[in-house]
Amino acid sequence: MIVRRLVDGVDERLDGTSFIRRNLGKVFPDHWSFMLGELALYSFVMLLLTGTFLSLFFVASPAETVYRGPYAPMQGSEVSLAYESVLRISFEVRAGLVMRQTHHWAALVFVASMTAHLVRVFFTGAFRKPRELSWIIGVTLLVAGIGGGFTGYSLPDDLLSGTGLRIIYSAVLSIPVVGTWLAYLFFGGEFPSAELIPRLFVMHILLIPALITGLLSAHLALVWHQTHTQFRPKGTPESSVTGTPVWPKFALKSVGLAFITFAVLAALGGLSQINPVWLYGPFVPYSAPSPAQPDFYAGWLEGILRLWPNWEFHVFGHTIGELFLPAVVIPGIIFTALALWPFIEARAKHDTAVHHDAQRPRDEPVRSGIGAAGIAFFVLLMLAGSNDVLAKYLQVEVDTLNGVLKVLLFVVPVLVYAITWWICRDLHARDSAPIAHPPRVEFRRNAEGGFDEHHDEARSRGDVAATQGDREQP
Amino acid sequence: MAATANTEARLLSRVLRVGLAVAVLGQIAWSFRPEPSSAQSDQQIQGRALYEANCSTCHALDAGGTVNGPSLLEVGPAAVDFMLATGRMPLANPNDQPERGQPKFTSEQIDALIAYVGSIAPGGEPIPTVDTSAGDLALGAQVFLNNCAGCHGAGASGDSVGGGQIAPSIYPASPTEIGEAVRIGPGVMPRFGPETIDQRDLDSLAAYLVWIRDNGDDGGLQLGRVGAVAEGLVAVVVGLGILIVVLRLTGAKR
Ligand code: HEC
Ligand code: HEC
Repeated sequence: MIVRRLVDGVDERLDGTSFIRRNLGKVFPDHWSFMLGELALYSFVMLLLTGTFLSLFFVASPAETVYRGPYAPMQGSEVSLAYESVLRISFEVRAGLVMRQTHHWAALVFVASMTAHLVRVFFTGAFRKPRELSWIIGVTLLVAGIGGGFTGYSLPDDLLSGTGLRIIYSAVLSIPVVGTWLAYLFFGGEFPSAELIPRLFVMHILLIPALITGLLSAHLALVWHQTHTQFRPKGTPESSVTGTPVWPKFALKSVGLAFITFAVLAALGGLSQINPVWLYGPFVPYSAPSPAQPDFYAGWLEGILRLWPNWEFHVFGHTIGELFLPAVVIPGIIFTALALWPFIEARAKHDTAVHHDAQRPRDEPVRSGIGAAGIAFFVLLMLAGSNDVLAKYLQVEVDTLNGVLKVLLFVVPVLVYAITWWICRDLHARDSAPIAHPPRVEFRRNAEGGFDEHHDEARSRGDVAATQGDREQP
Repeated sequence: MAATANTEARLLSRVLRVGLAVAVLGQIAWSFRPEPSSAQSDQQIQGRALYEANCSTCHALDAGGTVNGPSLLEVGPAAVDFMLATGRMPLANPNDQPERGQPKFTSEQIDALIAYVGSIAPGGEPIPTVDTSAGDLALGAQVFLNNCAGCHGAGASGDSVGGGQIAPSIYPASPTEIGEAVRIGPGVMPRFGPETIDQRDLDSLAAYLVWIRDNGDDGGLQLGRVGAVAEGLVAVVVGLGILIVVLRLTGAKR
């Protein structure tokens, strides 16, 4: 086979002896949930491809110009070069709009699949020793992905993106002592500064993609080196690894998955409108559109802001702005706790052992409960972040909705925890002691037209299977 | 006595004759009455009947208002036409936010009600003339984004504005209704006088709003023009959803 020959060729020349060959034979687990991370990987590849295309046409400049393109309602309007170039990509550049939309959909699916992957790893305990580093890198990747998404969302310089940036600017300013300085560093002066778009552009197309690529390589190298965890039947030694070998089956399947991911993203980009910046108009400092939501991965942050009371503190003569707690401290705590979870859990359980098995969620009721409660918490915050849209569809007052959500935010996670814990414990117990099948009862019609019950112990379900097995043998 | 009887009879006949003459003259004069005045009074009668049957319980017989509805003094034809043509009035429940619905009256009845309300509560904002063909799309977009998008949404598809009020979608509104809404400011919507939105702005605004009703959806299926909420839902449910189904179908289940 060609691949074998190629590998032999490389091995002979580079004296890798059997390095490549050994790794081609490496096996990967094939449980479906272990492939979620790959969706993120391929979405990222799609982001790089479409992003490269977009960067050929995008102009990262806030300089004013007069729009003269084909979109009638903007003709003659004063817009920034950045906004104009996005309209040009959308209406004039061939395939520009489908590229732009695919890029945006890919960003959403990228973060969504990373989140799904994180959830899978969490619930199966795959983050436990010795894989804590992979976990921390993974959480960092998620943060970087959100950062990439946010900087991208801000580039078109439309009214909506400006509204988001203003919030970030105020949040950075609200950090005590260093706030003003940091704001100056990132925004290059008072919002909206002339430096802003060029800086965001460098972050968006250089720093963040480089960071993601680096972290991703490290993440994958660690997985390769440490191998996956796996679901194992009880009694199988933890050191054994079973699954599909990299070549040919796993690799081909993975390539197939890559193309399916591309296809889904391209289909979304071609069929469904996303972020129609021409409707939002160019950014003007004194105006804000509605509904003004960030992309979904920042929806929970928006939710915290919308539910948070307007408190302002004075500590040691410093004013701590009202955004500091909800927009800086709370997200900081959440991400730190998430990143340190493997250590928190190990310490709580006094568990210093090395683990290579993937656990079933039911085997760890407490962790599963916490995870489910966390998901409920984030979903509620996202609902709060879209409160105006929800209020419109549900025909309720925004204030009522906020009040209800504030209560639910404390009640629902507790309930979800309790229910999950209880279900897990039950399922776990059922697994360890399978319930005997109830004896089969047959009703037979008798001569008088009534029914007789026949209790047939020997034909309870387990035995029937055995009998059937017997029957097949001859 | 006979003489007295005679005088009485003569007097009576003269009175009758004069009465007849007056009646005939009156009849002739009546038949020469100016045409519109009769129409107006027909309209008045119709308007009055409609008003007393449908509106007076809330707005009072003299249009001075009750606990169930505000005074209509000084509101003017624009407000009455807007409320009736969009089916907002008569309101079913005085505590509800008036919503667009099927108009309850024909346009003739609406004219009658406008005329009648105008006669008992004169003055107020006249019905604006809106000519979308005199408008400029770009100016309209600018006026809309600066004054209206904060409540009605950048795509004019509506959003909630707090206090249980909804700034509805503008798509169903005709240019005249848009003009009326701008000039009167229904409910919690502010009113915009000619000093903020002049006639040209108004024409342009209406032209833009009519335009985006069926345009501006480049890029495929529009998701209700509610922005990131719908987009996020589609990305997670459709995008990630399809991919997870693919994983389930191609991967091991245990
Ligand atoms: C059930 C009570 C009710 C009935 C019946 C009703 N209205 Fe109203 N009307 C209201 C209320 C309440 C408002 C204020 C609505 C708001 O702005 O939220 C109102 C507002 C109005 C306004 C706008 C007033 C302004 O200040 O701009 C007009 C005009 C009007 N009604 C006309 C009518 C007419 C004409 C009818 C009869 C066809 C009618 N209404 C029937 C309750 C009623
Ligand atoms: C403060 C928020 C707010 C602003 C700003 C605002 N509106 Fe409204 N608008 C509303 C509300 C609330 C209603 C519903 C009124 C009611 O209760 O009947 C409304 C109703 C309307 C309607 C009637 C829709 C229908 O049912 O057919 C039109 C048309 C309209 N607005 C146009 C505009 C235009 C044009 C502008 C900008 C010049 C504007 N609005 C600005 C809040 C607003």
